[in-house]
Amino acid sequence: MDNQRCIIIGASHSAGELCISLRKEGWTGSITIVGDEDYLPYNRPPLSKTYLAGEKSIDDLLIRHEEAYVKADIEMKLGCRVEKINRELKEITLNNDEILGYDKLILTTGARPRKVDMPGTEAKNAFYLRSIYDADQIRPYIKNGSRAVIIGGGYIGLETAAMLVSTGMKVTILEREPRILNRVAAPEISQFFTRIHTEEGIELITDVEISELKGDEQISEVVCSDGRTFAADLVIIGIGVITNSELAEEAGLEINNGIVVNEFAETKDTDILAAGDCTYHFNKHYDRWLRLESIQNALEQAKVAARTICDHRQEYDQIPWFWSDQFDLKLQIAGLSGGYDNLIVRGDLSQGRKMAVFYFIGDTFLAVDAVNSPQEFMFGKKVLMQSLRLDREKLADSSIPMKEILLVD
Amino acid sequence: MPLVKYISHDGTTNEVEVPVGNSVMQGAVDNMLDGIVAECGGSCSCATCHCYLDGAWSDKIPPASEMEKDMLECVLEPQDNSRLSCQVNVTDELDGLVVKLPESQF
Repeated sequence: MDNQRCIIIGASHSAGELCISLRKEGWTGSITIVGDEDYLPYNRPPLSKTYLAGEKSIDDLLIRHEEAYVKADIEMKLGCRVEKINRELKEITLNNDEILGYDKLILTTGARPRKVDMPGTEAKNAFYLRSIYDADQIRPYIKNGSRAVIIGGGYIGLETAAMLVSTGMKVTILEREPRILNRVAAPEISQFFTRIHTEEGIELITDVEISELKGDEQISEVVCSDGRTFAADLVIIGIGVITNSELAEEAGLEINNGIVVNEFAETKDTDILAAGDCTYHFNKHYDRWLRLESIQNALEQAKVAARTICDHRQEYDQIPWFWSDQFDLKLQIAGLSGGYDNLIVRGDLSQGRKMAVFYFIGDTFLAVDAVNSPQEFMFGKKVLMQSLRLDREKLADSSIPMKEILLVD
Repeated sequence: MPLVKYISHDGTTNEVEVPVGNSVMQGAVDNMLDGIVAECGGSCSCATCHCYLDGAWSDKIPPASEMEKDMLECVLEPQDNSRLSCQVNVTDELDGLVVKLPESQF
């Protein structure tokens, strides 16, 4: 293994885990990470929150500090793009024409914001939010009294809105669908977050289509198809992501809503693996193929890939979980609620700042969305992981502690 | 730089320097120590960085938030000295801190 070369494309969260996991699993060959950003792998979730607010520095965002990679003998090629994968020669070509040979190649290329196809998105005050560069460019526009229009009421939009309004900005969220979080959460959760954001002074408008971003170098107004207009000093667009799977596609690998990988994180070319947001993979627990925008998946698939490469194969088998911080609210989600046919609300959606929603198909527990309710989240996750059961009768009564709601067979 | 001593469940001991201001979790992650998973990267969301802090330092460490306390109740084998290591920042006063790691984070 000593002379073997492993290359990771994408200096992502997944890559930060993968390179160290490879060493822990006993990989003694070289490890090179190629990334098109100038930064070591970093945590992206704070970009819409504490980093944007200026409370955290780049150093705080790093998953590991530089010394950790030096100690583990990981070579970093940052600020470089990979132009091509040549599978026959097992080589990659960089944008500076450098050619690197590999024995094992792992794609942790992640995803990028879905673009709005409309003139004006190139304006100086219009942004997407995915990278440190994006956040750095947004920061100067954060000013008390200025007006921000956020296009898209998903997690990025809501988190960013929460942060901006707390600085004294006037914030409007425009959502195309009839409710916020339409794609990712139940109506009950949308209702709860709509109330909170409205109470916090955010103007939240649903069922609205953008027709024009008005202005020259700077957008001054967002125009909707029903004629309504919203003055803007800052526009942030968060309407979902698409995977960075072009390299894999051009190399002839299978693509379907992402880079298709098996339970060992391998593509159909077993010398090429993939992990994280860029993958389309099968989830045993939910018995379906998934593309996830998830830190947990980025980390766990990276570990699976490292084990595969080091011949300690272990199947990927995870209960997905997610979180979102907005204001003083921590939303924690365990499992996937898609396809539920009934739910149980624990707590009160119409007032206060904590509650949890448990989703079921018939009697089978699927997922929990918990707001400021870490025990509901933790127990829910445990129930899913260990295939335990919940006492549905007691669940709706939030005065009964979660540990008494677990059913022991 | 303060020294932090991490003791794994199997007794393996690693003594590493952790810069002031970094979390006890970050010290473990930067030094490739097993036993701390840290899925959420330190935002008090996942409880996979659970540890036991030696009582000798307890008066030098700010208490856990309600959120952290709630999560700690649900970890595997919680004890009175349980903490989420992402919520404990290293200070000069914590030089020599002894951190015991649980058998599992799940």
